[in-house]
Amino acid sequence: MAKVKHHREPLFHIVKRDDMVWWQAWLVRIATIVISVFLMGLLSKMLTEKSLLETFEIMYRGVFGRIETGSTVMLWKYLQEIAILLCLALALTPAFKMKFWNCGAEGQALIGGFASMICMIELGKTLSYPVLLAVIAVTSMLAGALWGLIPAVFKALFNTNETLFTLMMNYIATQIIAYYVYLKGGGSNIIQPVAEGNLPTIGGNRYLVNILVVALLTVFVYVYLKYSKHGYEISVVGESQNTARYIGINVKKVIIRTMAISGALCGVAGMLLVAGTDHSINTNTVGGQGFTAIMVSWLGQFNPFIMVFMTGLICFLRLGAGKVADTCMLNSAFADIVVGIVILCVVGCEFLIRYSIKFRHGKKEVKA
Amino acid sequence: MEKKPAIELKNITKRFGARVIANKNVNLTAYRGEILSILGENGSGKTTLMNMISGIYFPDEGQIFVDGEEAVILSPKDAFSYRIGMIHQHFKLVDVFSAAENIVLGIEDGKYNLKNSIKDITAISEQYGFDIQPEKKIYSMSVSEKQTVEIIKVLYRGADILILDEPTAVLTPQETEKLFNILRNMRDDGKCIIIITHKLHEVLSLSDRVAVLRKGEYVGTVNTAETNESELTEMMVGKKVELNIHRSEPKNSVDRLQVNGLTCVDRQGATVLDDVSFTAKSGEILGIAGIAGSGQRELLEAIAGLQHLSNGEITYINPNDGKLENLRDKTPVQIRDMGVRLSFVPEDRLGMGLVGNMDIVDNMLLRSYTKGKSIFLQRKAPKDLAMKIIKDLEVVTPGANTPVRRLSGGNVQKVLVGREIAASPTVLMVAYPVRGLDINSSYTIYNLLNEQKEKGVAIIFVGEDLDVLVELCDRIMVIGSGRITGVVDARTTTKEEIGLLMTKSKEDGKETANG
Amino acid sequence: MITQFICRAILLGVPLLYGSTGEIITEKSGHLNLGIPGIMYVGAISGVIGAFLYEGAAAGAMNGVLAVLIPFICAVVGSILMGLIYSFLTVTLRANQNVTGLAITTFGIGLGNFFGGSLVKLTSSDLPSIALTKTSAFFSVKLPFADSLGAVGEILFSHDFLTYLAIIIAVLASFVLNKTRVGLNLRSVGENPATADAAGINVTKYKYLATCAGSAIAGLGGLQYVMSYANGVWSNNAFGDRGWMAIALVIFALWKPSFAIFGSFVFGALCNANNYIQGLGTETQELFKMLPYVVTIVVLIITSMRKKREHQPPASLGISYFREDR
Repeated sequence: MAKVKHHREPLFHIVKRDDMVWWQAWLVRIATIVISVFLMGLLSKMLTEKSLLETFEIMYRGVFGRIETGSTVMLWKYLQEIAILLCLALALTPAFKMKFWNCGAEGQALIGGFASMICMIELGKTLSYPVLLAVIAVTSMLAGALWGLIPAVFKALFNTNETLFTLMMNYIATQIIAYYVYLKGGGSNIIQPVAEGNLPTIGGNRYLVNILVVALLTVFVYVYLKYSKHGYEISVVGESQNTARYIGINVKKVIIRTMAISGALCGVAGMLLVAGTDHSINTNTVGGQGFTAIMVSWLGQFNPFIMVFMTGLICFLRLGAGKVADTCMLNSAFADIVVGIVILCVVGCEFLIRYSIKFRHGKKEVKA
Repeated sequence: MEKKPAIELKNITKRFGARVIANKNVNLTAYRGEILSILGENGSGKTTLMNMISGIYFPDEGQIFVDGEEAVILSPKDAFSYRIGMIHQHFKLVDVFSAAENIVLGIEDGKYNLKNSIKDITAISEQYGFDIQPEKKIYSMSVSEKQTVEIIKVLYRGADILILDEPTAVLTPQETEKLFNILRNMRDDGKCIIIITHKLHEVLSLSDRVAVLRKGEYVGTVNTAETNESELTEMMVGKKVELNIHRSEPKNSVDRLQVNGLTCVDRQGATVLDDVSFTAKSGEILGIAGIAGSGQRELLEAIAGLQHLSNGEITYINPNDGKLENLRDKTPVQIRDMGVRLSFVPEDRLGMGLVGNMDIVDNMLLRSYTKGKSIFLQRKAPKDLAMKIIKDLEVVTPGANTPVRRLSGGNVQKVLVGREIAASPTVLMVAYPVRGLDINSSYTIYNLLNEQKEKGVAIIFVGEDLDVLVELCDRIMVIGSGRITGVVDARTTTKEEIGLLMTKSKEDGKETANG
Repeated sequence: MITQFICRAILLGVPLLYGSTGEIITEKSGHLNLGIPGIMYVGAISGVIGAFLYEGAAAGAMNGVLAVLIPFICAVVGSILMGLIYSFLTVTLRANQNVTGLAITTFGIGLGNFFGGSLVKLTSSDLPSIALTKTSAFFSVKLPFADSLGAVGEILFSHDFLTYLAIIIAVLASFVLNKTRVGLNLRSVGENPATADAAGINVTKYKYLATCAGSAIAGLGGLQYVMSYANGVWSNNAFGDRGWMAIALVIFALWKPSFAIFGSFVFGALCNANNYIQGLGTETQELFKMLPYVVTIVVLIITSMRKKREHQPPASLGISYFREDR
């Protein structure tokens, strides 16, 4: 008697792959972005009863404004947003490449901005403008570097967990700012914009300096990581500390040096925010962008030019969704939700690039 | 009495990624009341095959039968329900847990009561003569204690099909013999024992039958009583090979590196090197034999400037002017800056010698990136070197810009050795340079070493295969528990002599090894 | 004064205790969930939505049990959903845990503020907040004999039931982790998933369960904050950085829920000390608020210096597990 016996067995199983060509990988990522943006459109359609096309038009207007009529106000605002977020992401990248999970961009930028603010208030009236600018730039970078160095030194000496350390440093920075704001704000909790020590405006455009600085930084970080000896050391330490030891790289020195650079670049972001944009400071000056920057750096695969694209996308979503919320009387937190959904989708799609799903071929029947 | 089959494998195939076929159409049967050896070279798919029986991997094709019934083993848990237990080569233990916690881990029936479990564990230990402290934490245990925990873990689950993956790699001969006796007892109990190994003498002394794998394919099964070493070797490597390594007489041999009273303490405070003294000479290969983990790695790393010494001197004799240079407590960079051309092929190729995610060119840069005053990298010279190595050593790769982790083991090693030799060293240290390599690649490496020897390089060769050591080296220094237990002339010694020295106890190991 | 200080410290500490107990359970499975702040937000807003709907539906005639149960269940369900998103991404899809966690936090805070803001608009009140004082009253029912026992009674018995629940959950978590088979299995998953897998433990299941249970517990912290601490008043962003402080508390407590009970009250006291020290200016008070973070850093440094094996984070924290990795 032939009895056919069926067995439970997995329909599919997951295997690792490393044979995906770069353009295929990018096809997957871009497809994911398109799909998730589409999802977001559907979501806002549900909430606002506007058609998809209308939603996207509102988003477009929210980012670019009436650009066809020659009005570039919105566009500059968009570029400014990109510049700040990109600056923070660039700052994090050398550390991430070294597998040092610097989650402290928020605090490092805040402290950098704090240094700018002090210079503007305390020295603004005594120093000449060029000297003042130089002092602001140097102190901001030093302050940011210091904030990055503290966790780095402990990481190098005792292997103290840097993710948690840098996270905590953010809140210490926040409280220092809160203290300072109360001190200088005369109890009002607000520091009035300071006129001295503002970054120059070029051709009447107040954002251009920021954008140019970040454009330069993008090239700098790219070249530094890819073509300099330091960059090479960072890669080796990140890939394998054992190899670094083997060829005689001083791992501790590289960790400390890299975090000083990472912190200093965050300090630059702080300076751009305080001296270049707000001319004042509060605990919310960086506004969580230090955390968004972590995601940008990672999504950009630690490549500055891909990061330009990622920041462009995220800022587009943030501004665009903000505008949708504004127009349709939704809460402004709608933008956070949208950014969150898109990032979660993109993070998830990496799975399709690194793994593939194999279905079992061939039925298995056993005669017993 | 006819034996009952415990496990049957039919047409098992397993692939990793698109290119690697680990097992292809393997058919195999293991019976109750027998010890079956799975014999094969490194990389022949032994472990992968056994992992499929124990539920770590799932076969792409084929069937597994346990006691005549088809079994679907999706997870180790399924394997346990078929009373299959595997002792992995790399122990699967949780470091911060105690032995008892590790042993009961994952068992779901009955009430969780560690005290009762400890009683059962003690009972099992007494039955088979294991020595174990159930409440000791794994991180404070020796390798052989950890293995004991692994075996008890499997027995505790009532497994009667036991798979052991290279169980003797980390054991002394005495411990090995003890283990073998235990295994024989278990066989007589009616258990089915499968042991993975590549050591022929173990196969012959322990098992009833031998199944041979070659490059992922099943070659055949023979009864141990009816076979011999040369037949098994032939099955293993495909054609009859005489292990015949070319060895020239050392010429103009002079002292090149003197090590005196080297003592080294690890982070836990244990002495890993104890008063080690020896001399390496130019134009000769000094072999270092010993059980894995006896201080070989620390010794090489100490010379390369990667280990802090608590005592001792390392003196390099400069071949140009005969000047003595002290290498103690120098970093690798300082050693290089002193003009000492010291090359080192470490045991861990992709974790230390090379960076897996970097391409061949960037891996060449590892040794040379500091050259020049520019703050930027010079990639021209390394690129030329990469092309030269690919050509000269016949490295199989799509190009110089392929990440080395994508290359096969043999090609990875060619890249590493090629780079180290390219620095035209005066001292060359190699650790387990042919581990995991096929015969052809192994011979490429032997030839490279001999070439260097003839150029007058002092070579220090840490090996595990005594046959190779005896055939390739000029002198062999034996290390045991961080001490030098003897130095022998490779041309006149026997494997047995070296084996004895490897396990010599501490008290009588007080000999120095000055050539 | 002192009694008040202690009671206040406990009240401030409870959301942190929920958050850190949840995070400890999650981290024990090897997952560093930086989404906890977002998940606590979602827990809070889900509870608020539940309470809001029930208050509207019951229209005055509120049943005490339902008034507590509905927000409670909503908070648990909401935070479990967030936990599911996190675990699907990090366990099944093996995405980077830091990035996923941060995205969950962005998403969660966004959800909280979005629904919070929308509810505020529905009530068309002048204040940017929703007051659920009736529901809150049910949540903060005290033990009847608390007042009759003087200071001791006030410190020990005057709290709302969510405070006691937090302590019970922490004690229970401690017991489960250390004394039961489930706890042993869970710890092994976080220490060495390959070993756990080989021992027949369903690693994926444990990771999912731990993350979701952890999220549910953390979500209750959000609920406790709104219903007890804030007396049922939700306003956007008022929850602040408590989620991050809960993560800090995990380190402070050396990954032990029993230590977290004590630690949460220390944190509560530290957050609150500035109000009880005479003659502090507003600005100096702000400086005092950094104390919990400074203390956490000190603990982090000391444990990393001492390198005691039992006080380290789970060995495979932050690393995805893939069985067929070679």
